[in-house]
Amino acid sequence: MQKDLSLSEFIVTRLIKACGYSAILFVALIFYFLLREGLPTLAEVDLGNLFSSRWYPVESYYGVLPLISGSLIVTLGAALVAIPFGLGTAIFIAEIAPRWAREILKPLVELLGGLPSVVLGFLGILVLSPNLRILLGLPTGLTALAGSLLLGAISIPTVVSVAEDALDSVPRSYRDAALALGATRWQTIWRVTLPAARSGVLTAVMLGVGRAIGETMTVMMVTGNAPVLATGLGSLFAPVRTMTATIAAEMGEVASGSVHYHALFFIGMVLFVISLIVNITASSVVFKQKKRAERVLS
Amino acid sequence: MLLFVNACATRTASPDSKEAVYIENKGSDTMVNLALAWAEAYQDSHAGVQISVTGGGSGTGIAALLNKTVDLANASRRIKNEEFETARSNGVEPIEFVVARDAIAVIVHPQNPVNALTLQQLSDIYSGKIKNWSELGGEDRPIVRLSRESNSGTHVYFLEVVLRLGQEGNKTLFSQDTLLLPSSEGIIHEVRQNPNAIGYDGLGYVPDDLKVLAIAEKNGTAFVRPSIETVNSGAYPIARDLYIYTAGQPEDAIKKYLDWIFSDEAQKIVADLGFVPVTAPNSP
Repeated sequence: MQKDLSLSEFIVTRLIKACGYSAILFVALIFYFLLREGLPTLAEVDLGNLFSSRWYPVESYYGVLPLISGSLIVTLGAALVAIPFGLGTAIFIAEIAPRWAREILKPLVELLGGLPSVVLGFLGILVLSPNLRILLGLPTGLTALAGSLLLGAISIPTVVSVAEDALDSVPRSYRDAALALGATRWQTIWRVTLPAARSGVLTAVMLGVGRAIGETMTVMMVTGNAPVLATGLGSLFAPVRTMTATIAAEMGEVASGSVHYHALFFIGMVLFVISLIVNITASSVVFKQKKRAERVLS
Repeated sequence: MLLFVNACATRTASPDSKEAVYIENKGSDTMVNLALAWAEAYQDSHAGVQISVTGGGSGTGIAALLNKTVDLANASRRIKNEEFETARSNGVEPIEFVVARDAIAVIVHPQNPVNALTLQQLSDIYSGKIKNWSELGGEDRPIVRLSRESNSGTHVYFLEVVLRLGQEGNKTLFSQDTLLLPSSEGIIHEVRQNPNAIGYDGLGYVPDDLKVLAIAEKNGTAFVRPSIETVNSGAYPIARDLYIYTAGQPEDAIKKYLDWIFSDEAQKIVADLGFVPVTAPNSP
């Protein structure tokens, strides 16, 4: 009996360990594959071309800068939408809403998260972009802004869900203490609860940004896909082409092993590195935060 | 992504056998969907016939025909003189059939007052030289250029025939702010609601509620609106013939298949896929 238990214990431990390591292995394999398919670009395309501002593979123009800037500006716009709305909703659900409203709101927000992005893209084409054009007097509504608004909407459920959990896990006693000291409800939320949940809230924001930068279908449908170098916030009101949309639109027809094929993997590499940087920044801030909290407690 | 159906079995040569007959069909990517639709419909009604369709480009298809590895080569251009010479020296006599036509309609918002453009004006619009509709006698509105994605055959054809006016060595490119939309539907929807937009699409895909521009080949020549008649008469300038080449006069199963391609049933498939049906089979 005792022996059986230790045997199953042994198997289960190993199994869980294998699962854990497999995640690392898969990421490493994906990165290896990206490097193998993407790095030849550096040899095949000269750097002046690769870092120019024209992307037109039909005539061997492989400038990736418009694509990188396009992804960055759409993601930035999405963050500007998702962070205030997401955190606001999370604070409302966790701190302000009565229990019954909370029971309804949280599942509803999570349902929104399950909405297929192609459906949102369709709404974007049919409803959002025509109205944006008329409202703002733009030449066309298929702009970075349309992409940002939709990606913001896609990211909000992620931000709300994670941030609400973080806020919820702040001990009741913190709030009680703040209120007992005479703080108003708003002061309690802003000065006590939110800072206490900071690492969770930051994770929420990063996950939201990660969701936005990797999203493909919606941006391909609504951003117009014109590879123009985005130079400032004004580009938010012009069409852009993102890295993800480029890969999705062109990978299907490209000859395997060609320069264009390698260039698309090179874009994938850049995308991978960018999301790696986002994650590393996030986790390093979270770690720093933890140390400070420990210092305060000790 | 193309559908590759590789039949590696040898073709049966016996004239009236009821056994499986393989027909190998290869070539133009523009025609690959059409060829597949034909093959599927034909196989449904003719048991025992198997048609394998591959893309790869017009040149690939013709090269394969010259090397006697396929029965039918699809091409969206005429066979070149050099290819014809090679064929002769290989003992192959390529026979040409115009099986459908491909016309590109230039579309704008129904309230756009501009009715007609020359090819040169179209080229200047898409290359970014003309930026406002007022330069073309329209309202004072910025021009929003719409195009298919660069991997579409229509995009490349438009680049060669319109932007570069069919001139070899002309290196005109699409203006960088040209919107590259992933689908015909995207272009049609944007043109339908945006009075600034100009777009192009296969004639068969254009719905009635959009304005189709008349196009003149040169300054001074007549402006022609695309229709089945003007495309078939050759008056409309942005149109091309789609060809099937056979090695020598077609016989047996291949002849039956080609005859069927000119039938109403097959030509209806042509129209359904946005191409222009040919009215009468042209004799080789």
